[in-house]
Amino acid sequence: MLKLYFICSFLIGAALAFNRIRPVKIALLCLFVTLQGAFTLHVIRNRGAGFWYFSADSLAVIFITILFFISAMSIYHSFAYLKWRQKEARERNFFFAAMVILVSALTCAYCANHIAITWVFVEITTIAASFLIYYLRTELALEGTWKYIFVCTISITFVFIGILLLGIAAGNTGITDLTYAQLTANASKLDPFWTKMAFIFIFTGYTAKAGLFPMYTAGIDAKDKSPSPAGALFASGLMNVGFCGIFRTYQVIILTSSAEWAKSILIISASISIFIAAVYMMKVDNYKRMLAYSSIEHMGIIMLGLAMGGIGAFAALFHLVLHSFIKAGIFYQTGIAYRVFGSKLVSETGGYFRISLSGSMVLLLAFICVTAVPPSGLFISEFLIFTAMFRSGYMWLMLAVMALLTVIFWSFGRKLFKVIFTPVNGFDYESAEKPGLIESLSQFAIIIFIMIMGICPPQPILDIIQAATGTVLR
Amino acid sequence: MVNLILLIVIASLFFLVTAWRLVTYIQILALQGILLFFAAFFSLTSMHWANFTLILTETVIVKAVAIPFFLSYILKRNNITREAEPLVPTFVSLVLMIILIIMIFFLSYASGYSILDNLFFVVALSTIFTGLYIIMTRRKIITHVMGFLVIENGVFILSLAVGNEMPMMVNMGILLDMFAGVLTLGIFINRIGDVFKDGDVSNLRRLKD
Repeated sequence: MLKLYFICSFLIGAALAFNRIRPVKIALLCLFVTLQGAFTLHVIRNRGAGFWYFSADSLAVIFITILFFISAMSIYHSFAYLKWRQKEARERNFFFAAMVILVSALTCAYCANHIAITWVFVEITTIAASFLIYYLRTELALEGTWKYIFVCTISITFVFIGILLLGIAAGNTGITDLTYAQLTANASKLDPFWTKMAFIFIFTGYTAKAGLFPMYTAGIDAKDKSPSPAGALFASGLMNVGFCGIFRTYQVIILTSSAEWAKSILIISASISIFIAAVYMMKVDNYKRMLAYSSIEHMGIIMLGLAMGGIGAFAALFHLVLHSFIKAGIFYQTGIAYRVFGSKLVSETGGYFRISLSGSMVLLLAFICVTAVPPSGLFISEFLIFTAMFRSGYMWLMLAVMALLTVIFWSFGRKLFKVIFTPVNGFDYESAEKPGLIESLSQFAIIIFIMIMGICPPQPILDIIQAATGTVLR
Repeated sequence: MVNLILLIVIASLFFLVTAWRLVTYIQILALQGILLFFAAFFSLTSMHWANFTLILTETVIVKAVAIPFFLSYILKRNNITREAEPLVPTFVSLVLMIILIIMIFFLSYASGYSILDNLFFVVALSTIFTGLYIIMTRRKIITHVMGFLVIENGVFILSLAVGNEMPMMVNMGILLDMFAGVLTLGIFINRIGDVFKDGDVSNLRRLKD
């Protein structure tokens, strides 16, 4: 089934790039969503199934399920976006082809159980993502694409250096192949010096995708310049793949003697990320960039939880799942707002309430969810992460992070409420396009899901998250 | 023999940070390609012959011939001025490089192995950081690409260190080469040359907060 999926999805991607006929394009996209759905159902039913260097373990199953929902919604919302930004048919086809290939490459990267195979597919996501960012063909889009490609290529090279160093570390341990299973089994025999070097390179490299301190800039420009539906995919699927790479390596490192050292790297990077997010969120005027910085803040919190281990690691994964959904939801809605106002600057937009009641309700509820105000599931996970930090004796760090989160809450709210409530002068509210309820339905579904996860999370989801936490949960 | 080649690579790095003209950069990159060809030839002794041939051909064709030719073609086509325009004086660069390499030697002492066992690591890391340094201190987009190619060469050296045990890794390194070659050079230099005529990174500073 995995083999069939990989072949079919890449074929669909290629067909989309060359196809010129509109009904065929829609049929191909429907086929792809069906394929992705069938594949998701298959891996949920047969957890651990696999072939060659791929296997769908619990972590992969979680991420594939998220990716299915987000990719289906992104493809749906892309139609409205592409109708607005009318370009030539060829460029629209490339957009969909790149999206399909991005989704399939992400799926492969989640499933890979060999550290170098993960790396190959992460590399493919860079190519596919750059096509999505470059859709508008403007100078700014070109600048964003160039920066994204350059930073991502350098960081992907760093990951490769890390993998090579891990190969040196595994030199005399009898490891023949760098699969995660073999590395975990022989973790205690790895040479500590090379393991440390390997981890720092792999971590630095994957931060470009995950959106953390050293290489976070690439993701910000990408989410800002790309079309909103693609931005949603970047904020969920692409950040998850970075997390996946870090997490799978960390699961090995935690078993070696370098565990404490790796933990401190995670904590330093996470704290600086949250600090940067807080500073920039006060300053930015562009709400898409603000959302991108908010993603960095959430990734920082997730890394803190991961570093604390135990209940913190569980909460980190829980947080990651919910964040992937809710951030994608806000991206869809801000994409609609951008279409209506023709600007993504907070200072030039406002009074969204008068244009779209459903849309502004989405923004308001999503704000409550994403800043972790109680009915939201993110409140639970942040609470658990802070508990874990308190127990591990990081009280001062916890207080500092809480203070930064308050700053973020304030600046996020101030800007979003301006967009929702305060009308701007000189904007014609009567003749503006009024987006209907139908475009907001997907976001309402996401918000309801987040709130259910906050109030009474279903046991099967908790079980699979616990299973995915694996060796970190000790 | 391999050790001698690796030391020449380090010497070429010093030459690289002091070079003024872009043509010199291209020549040094070609030289490094040839050096890497010999390094691969002498160090990958216990590898399957087909794979061995593939790696050697790739090194000599892509690293030593194709990329330098392509870079000089771009230089001519986009009328890029001939100076590298470093932001830092050459003397300072040289001092920083020396400090860097000494630090990397000390780092490799910390691993507990002798320096000769670690020579691959030392040379690779020096090359990688030189590449990063070139990216940070030069102004043109094309010098950024050259810095990246230097990093690539460093990665190739490092992959030789594990090449005999894990041949797959060297092949992956080649994949990275192809990726960089096709993507950074093929598509984007041409595009960026068309849009931003003088290929200076200061044109790429509008996207910020």
